[in-house]
Amino acid sequence: MRFKSILKTSALPLLLVSSFTQAQTLDIEISNLTHGMFFTPLLVSSHGESLHLFESGELASDELKILAEGGDTGSLSMATTALGAINLENPAAGLLAPSATVEITDFDTLTNDRLSIAAMLLPTNDGFVGLDSWAIPDTAGTYTIYLNAYDAGSEVNNELVVDGSGAVGTLGIPANPGANGGSAGTGVTSTESNEMIHIHRGNVGDTNDASGVSDVDSRIHRWLNPVAKVVVTVK
Amino acid sequence: MNVKKYMAMGFTLALATSMTACSDSDNDNDNSDAKSKSTNDSYEYQVSVSNLTHNQPFSPLAVVLHDNSEVLWSLGEAASTSLEILAEGGDATSLIADADTAGAYDTELGDGVIPPGEMVTLELESDAYDEMFLSVVTMLVNTNDAYTGKQAIDVSALEIGDSLQLNLPVYDAGTEANNELAGSIPGPADGGTGYSDVRDDTNVVSMHPGVVSNTDGYTDSVLDSSHRFDSPVAKLVITRTQ
Repeated sequence: MRFKSILKTSALPLLLVSSFTQAQTLDIEISNLTHGMFFTPLLVSSHGESLHLFESGELASDELKILAEGGDTGSLSMATTALGAINLENPAAGLLAPSATVEITDFDTLTNDRLSIAAMLLPTNDGFVGLDSWAIPDTAGTYTIYLNAYDAGSEVNNELVVDGSGAVGTLGIPANPGANGGSAGTGVTSTESNEMIHIHRGNVGDTNDASGVSDVDSRIHRWLNPVAKVVVTVK
Repeated sequence: MNVKKYMAMGFTLALATSMTACSDSDNDNDNSDAKSKSTNDSYEYQVSVSNLTHNQPFSPLAVVLHDNSEVLWSLGEAASTSLEILAEGGDATSLIADADTAGAYDTELGDGVIPPGEMVTLELESDAYDEMFLSVVTMLVNTNDAYTGKQAIDVSALEIGDSLQLNLPVYDAGTEANNELAGSIPGPADGGTGYSDVRDDTNVVSMHPGVVSNTDGYTDSVLDSSHRFDSPVAKLVITRTQ
């Protein structure tokens, strides 16, 4: 037997939030919880229920690949704006370093009742931190969400730092902002088994600055979920 | 397995279609009639599990619809033999049989593995009872004894058409050492032995510490970097359809 399903699901486990139409104003704090991974400029997006920046288990859109492989939010922001999203790009005015927090005040979502967030993780090939279509509560209050690290599934995780590799289709990690890794690695892998968006398996890294399999440092550039904390205050 | 992906305007809208729903049998239990029926209505649930790992196929999915008395495992306590058989070899038939014996309202077992990036949907149905709980479990087959699942999810309050979504953690059955050695892992990374009744690990269920792999310097491991994982490893969506 075969079943088809068309599922609209809440990102908030076990909480089924009814839709509403009042304007919402949010304060949002986003914290980088990792030990040594940077977030590229964040895309914070409010939108309707039918829109997703990404969904686990699905193919990445071309716009998401641009964000996940190179950290550029422009294409995804433009495409979602055209579909009714209200976006805030680069609230941290650059990278969000490990342990750093960015505070966003008075983000007016108008009637959009979903919140999504995405930013690339550096140094990775196509890792990103994401919040997928969180239902904004219609009750004023403060809500805390923890975010996982995803793999866009669009690039092989070879863990080699290559200038210019932020471009989609160019293999490599575009930058290691901490300048605390190695170089001249041989490459961790040459294949990507899961080309859908999935939970990132983490960097392998190595401890060799001048060779080894990876250009990232296994003592610094690993993480375990969650990688970010988001505190949303509904006013 | 037939998985279709619909793309709309470049975005992955919530149109995850698909699926194989692969229940080969309908294991309704007559003895469940003894429990407290709330009405004579029939309840039906669609249970979908998506594999969010990079290279850890899941064994055929087991789903149990039950009251609040059934326990498939307990953190910090020894695994049952049936859980050990599932976690080491990917075979959930004993676990399903146990649940049926214990009076589950319905049980379903998928008939194929769930590859990374894919989703399987099973359907369960039962008479209506005051307390309706769902449990799901499946093995990560490129490991010694890792499994994912969730127990006793309260679906009593779900209305027809309602869905709930959960991310699933990864557990270690504690029944087989995580040695990652050739011959010890049943999945395609090795093709080794699945279940063995020898217990040479902690003998308690814990959260899984992850795999090491030969890419990370454990040269005896048959696993490589592709087999590493972090939690959550799966997405679960339950929809009440009737």
